[in-house]
Amino acid sequence: MAGFKSTERYIASRDLEVAVNASVTLQRPLLVKGEPGTGKTVLAHEIAEALGYPLIEWHVKSTTKAQQGLYEYDAVSRLRDGQLGDERVHDIANYIVRGKLWEAFEADHPTVVLIDEVDKADIEFPNDLLLELDRMQFFVYETRKTIVAKHRPVVIITSNNEKELPDAFLRRCFFHYIRFPDRETMEKIVQAHYPDIKKDLAREAMNVFFQVREVPGLKKKPATSELLDWLKLLMVEDLPVEALRTNEKQLVIPPLHGALLKNEQDVHLFERLAFLARRG
Amino acid sequence: MFAHLIQGLRGAGLPTSITEWLALMAGMKAGIAEYSIEDFYYLSRATLVKDERHLDKFDRVFAQCFKGLEPPEGMKPEELPEEWLLKLAEKLLTPEEMKKIEALGGFDAIMKRLKELLEEQKERHQGGSKWIGTAGTSPFGAYGYNPEGVRIGQDKSRNRSAVKVWDKREFKDLDDTVELGTRGMKLALRRLRRFARQGAATELDLPNTIKSTANNAGMLDLKLVPERHNTVKVLLFLDIGGSMDDYVKLTEELFSAARSEFKHLEYYYFHNCPYERVWKNNRRRHEEVIPTWQVLRTYGPDYKLIFVGDGAMSPYEITMPGGSVEHWNEESGTVWMERLTGHYRRSAWLNPTPKQGWGHTRSIALLNDLMEGRMFPLTVNGIDDMTRELSR
Repeated sequence: MAGFKSTERYIASRDLEVAVNASVTLQRPLLVKGEPGTGKTVLAHEIAEALGYPLIEWHVKSTTKAQQGLYEYDAVSRLRDGQLGDERVHDIANYIVRGKLWEAFEADHPTVVLIDEVDKADIEFPNDLLLELDRMQFFVYETRKTIVAKHRPVVIITSNNEKELPDAFLRRCFFHYIRFPDRETMEKIVQAHYPDIKKDLAREAMNVFFQVREVPGLKKKPATSELLDWLKLLMVEDLPVEALRTNEKQLVIPPLHGALLKNEQDVHLFERLAFLARRG
Repeated sequence: MFAHLIQGLRGAGLPTSITEWLALMAGMKAGIAEYSIEDFYYLSRATLVKDERHLDKFDRVFAQCFKGLEPPEGMKPEELPEEWLLKLAEKLLTPEEMKKIEALGGFDAIMKRLKELLEEQKERHQGGSKWIGTAGTSPFGAYGYNPEGVRIGQDKSRNRSAVKVWDKREFKDLDDTVELGTRGMKLALRRLRRFARQGAATELDLPNTIKSTANNAGMLDLKLVPERHNTVKVLLFLDIGGSMDDYVKLTEELFSAARSEFKHLEYYYFHNCPYERVWKNNRRRHEEVIPTWQVLRTYGPDYKLIFVGDGAMSPYEITMPGGSVEHWNEESGTVWMERLTGHYRRSAWLNPTPKQGWGHTRSIALLNDLMEGRMFPLTVNGIDDMTRELSR
């Protein structure tokens, strides 16, 4: 089986590679946590690409129920059809709407299923999926049929840590915590995304970026995705490198800071600090 | 195989189960870790740890279990720059010893002695050339010095060996028994969310719809039930001033975390122990006081009452009328505490001081009795326990 490795576009650390390969080999879900913007969702795309499987994405919202991933019974249309005397009404299967997991289970080839931001949903959501993810099968009550996965899909689950996940759920998963990349890795990531970026621009931008991250009290520290967006902007605007150049002590507001600081309080804090730095 | 690892982990309080252990074994059998200790570390971490708060504990246990598995990859002592050794010498050797050595032949001899020490340490302790004396195993200890934190490190990129990976303990900040940032608070406070069926009608109530459709002679009559809503109401009583000054920062963290969490959140300040009056604005605490009776009348028993305070005071401030240090209180703190905890169905006290010390302070023990044991430490674990208690 083809293993998962860092690709040209996605730099994965060794521990991430081991975790992914373990979950693929043992066919258990992989739970990925980490700071927002460290590439949790992108990981699933990369795994799908590396393994050559199609990706089925299930984005979880606060209103999402576990059942929706399996199937939904559209009772209202059936009632309406019943009143209108539609022929379809006699077969309940006509009103079963398939969910993402059903889709993955029924597929003729193995798939990668991404359950994105599982913590957004109700606390019961992961519990309701225990059996389904463990045995990769579920029972359709309405048609009295059991849907069994033809091929166990590779399941990637991401969480932003907004809720704690139940132990029983965790026990069935592999776990990986994506750490914020160090400078060396970050350089590789930038190189992977923008191979033709000017060396000095990348270096100066990185200086500014890590300086911004170190500012105490930021509500949302900029992460990898913010850096990449910002670099793109810098390249599009074609700013001279001098505009970024700072010395160690002095803090200046970086150009196009809107891509790095996503919160007006953070911008404000930064302005105040920069002002103090200039005065002192 | 490696049974002492799982035992160590469970002993350290990690909720590692047999299922996970078997998964690790299956992973080993499938050859994921192959023959690399580093991969084995990564694999066992991915299998056995399910929460970043436990990563640090895992690293520690792993290091303990597999100490000495990896050959040392440090610099040889003779490669150490002389300045480091000189610095070490200053730190490690007493003036008398320095004199003795000087008599023996000056700094060359000091260096020789140090090299011997380092050599000796390397034989006894893995990676000893990176850290000197982080534990009692350091041979330096025998000479009565405390060289903790003296780093004779090498270039960062050189110590990528596996032992260093867990020895770095990069997840220290995520351990939940020590640190309590706003994020950790939020996490724990979310437990307080209880989902009650109140609010706007959005969900189809199938049984009711069928029933009313039948009643309606077959004409479709949709019935809806309310969508779940977060209806937790919280009343915060924050101790401010005096002995709490040390904890104001922690309290503020809790406060800011709590604020974004609940729709119904009311907060009041008190000093040391709640009496007949509380206030909302600490700067104007003497002008704008609110009678506690008014609070009791305004907020119904369905509010969850949380006190935050260190509870450190003279026992008289709780038990005696007139015991308050700020004013003459007609009724004792005990009476008010009983009134408050009696009025609200669910209440708890969060204490920012370490739990181990509670028994030694009489006023804390008194308050804990008044709270019927519902006093919790202000850590993520403590908040977890508290929220579980409150949402029961």
